[in-house]
Amino acid sequence: MNIKSQKDFFSGLLFTAVGVAFAWGATKYSLGTGARMGPGYFPMMLGVLMAILGAVITFKALVVETEDGDKVGAWAWKPLVFIIAANLLFGLMLGGLPSIKFPAFGLIAAIYALTLVAALAGEEFKIKEVLVLATILAIMSYLAFIVLLKLQFPVWPAFITG
Amino acid sequence: MDLINNLSLGFGVAFTPINLMYAFVGCLLGTLIGVLPGIGPLATIAMLLPATYALPPVSALIMLAGIYYGAQYGGSTTAILVNLPGESSSVVTVIDGYQMARKGRAGPALAAAGLGSFFAGCVGTLVLAAFAVPLTEVAFKFGPAEYFSLMILGLIGAVVLASGSLLKAVGMILLGLLLGLVGTDVNSGVARFSFDIPELTDGIGFIVIAMGVFGYGEIISNLGKHEDEREVFTADVKGLMPTLEDFKRMTPAVLRGTALGSLLGILPGGGAVMAAFAAYTIEKKTKLQPGEVPFGQGNIRGVAAPESANNAASQTSFIPLLTLGIPPNAVMALMVGAMTIHNIQPGPQVMTSNPELFWGLIASMWIGNAMLIVLNLPLIGMWIKLLSVPYRWLFPAIVLFCAIGVYSTNNNTFDIWLVGLFGFIGYVFIKLGMEPAPLLLGFILGPMMEENLRRALLLSRGDWSVFVTRGLSASLLAVAALLLLIVLLPAIKKKREEAFVDE
Repeated sequence: MNIKSQKDFFSGLLFTAVGVAFAWGATKYSLGTGARMGPGYFPMMLGVLMAILGAVITFKALVVETEDGDKVGAWAWKPLVFIIAANLLFGLMLGGLPSIKFPAFGLIAAIYALTLVAALAGEEFKIKEVLVLATILAIMSYLAFIVLLKLQFPVWPAFITG
Repeated sequence: MDLINNLSLGFGVAFTPINLMYAFVGCLLGTLIGVLPGIGPLATIAMLLPATYALPPVSALIMLAGIYYGAQYGGSTTAILVNLPGESSSVVTVIDGYQMARKGRAGPALAAAGLGSFFAGCVGTLVLAAFAVPLTEVAFKFGPAEYFSLMILGLIGAVVLASGSLLKAVGMILLGLLLGLVGTDVNSGVARFSFDIPELTDGIGFIVIAMGVFGYGEIISNLGKHEDEREVFTADVKGLMPTLEDFKRMTPAVLRGTALGSLLGILPGGGAVMAAFAAYTIEKKTKLQPGEVPFGQGNIRGVAAPESANNAASQTSFIPLLTLGIPPNAVMALMVGAMTIHNIQPGPQVMTSNPELFWGLIASMWIGNAMLIVLNLPLIGMWIKLLSVPYRWLFPAIVLFCAIGVYSTNNNTFDIWLVGLFGFIGYVFIKLGMEPAPLLLGFILGPMMEENLRRALLLSRGDWSVFVTRGLSASLLAVAALLLLIVLLPAIKKKREEAFVDE
């Protein structure tokens, strides 16, 4: 079997899988009738529709010719990992995670962590430049979000402020 | 004339120093948060809601309203310069606006958005003042069946708008609708698809999806490309003001966008987002003049029309709120909250029991729009300076703003974990050529659509023919079917594919 369009083939599979998952999940809720819909009715309808649609897309990807095979191409693992990691680290530093006894370090420390890790995703990494950037971002964020907008953020580490 | 009397009463209220000040604060804040990616009017209004306790009700509403329509101005700046929707309603502005910026035409794009918004804001306010009373009667005729059909029409419009495969766009809408259903079902109280995670019972935040898919997904994809093929915007911005030719092209687009936006703004469930989508779709359907840049590659009409439409709609979306007490969108729902804080029950009686509030708010919108154009035109130079910042400095800042914005909506780290997940999903979308904009629209409309479908079928005792036997609903569906048919016609299908071929 020859895949004519790689992108469509995988997106079709994805649609089908998610559609089936939602429809299967909807069976746990009462479906009800058309006149008295239960919580499962609408998601079931959409899930089934999506699963069918996904199958059609997959089928088309196997049959209809494309010029270059619509290759998905290489994955940008480095930016993917570092950007997502920077984001997660920011959440971890900002709010802490009581379940693993990780203390909250607050906004300022979280900004430094995020900037350092996110910058690793780029092609160039100059530590001095990144530190300057982080400092600017920290000062600006403090002024904009804490002073001006008065967001309720923990700013400093919890073990310092108590 | 009644209208003149009412408006003079309104301007009397709005021109007091304290109300002028709060209108200015609202507009300034609105522009600021509109420009900052990751923090929208919804979060800001929600945050400031408690702070308005101490203010007089008129001033409070004037300021909150200013944040909302001010964000429409600022949102377009981000959309054009950073390729991020500063607000949900500027999602379509990204398409042509960012392309214009890449071609060094950020100035005209910003000016088109600003001027279009100003014109539309003034007209929208006038519509609000003049037609608030008679237009409610039209809205009264809308039953659940009509709302459902209207949303179908809106979603079909989004499919037509999507570039690439129609089938995949429909799939993205369905995915969006399903994601919108996550959380507690209002009718039965059942927490659906929440996996027993308490934070998920409130549903997935709009900001989480928008920031993950549009923000992180795009950044990752940008960084994954090599230096030469990466979409870096150039710094040579020539001339702020649009050329005479630009004006010739954008004027009809602004007029069309304003008319459409004013109309769609009053319809609950529609509002600024749908107006922007619809306006863009209409522009794209009109014939290109010789020498005009195709849509999706930096056509000025693709900026002017949706920006006018969303601004007009953001003004007229106050009509259902002020006259029927029905919030047409999430921001208006917060305005309901703001009104109830001050013991004002939103609904038809506001106009008669609190005329100074009703007309004062309307008058303040005109003043606010005038302030915004002054605020935005001189400040535009500052935003353009952002263009010269290298991407390696810019992207950590965007990641940061996204993370802060996401966290601040609920003050909850759970949303940050979730946005990481959606960032990954967003990158998968890009890799597989799945356009995310229809997903976002589906996500917003999902719960509303289910609710109206339920009500319509409850009223018809389960008879699905209700959608075609009611005249209004049937004609809305007919328009949707026509749209779909037009796109599927072989000749137009071919043209459409040609138009998107360079993306």
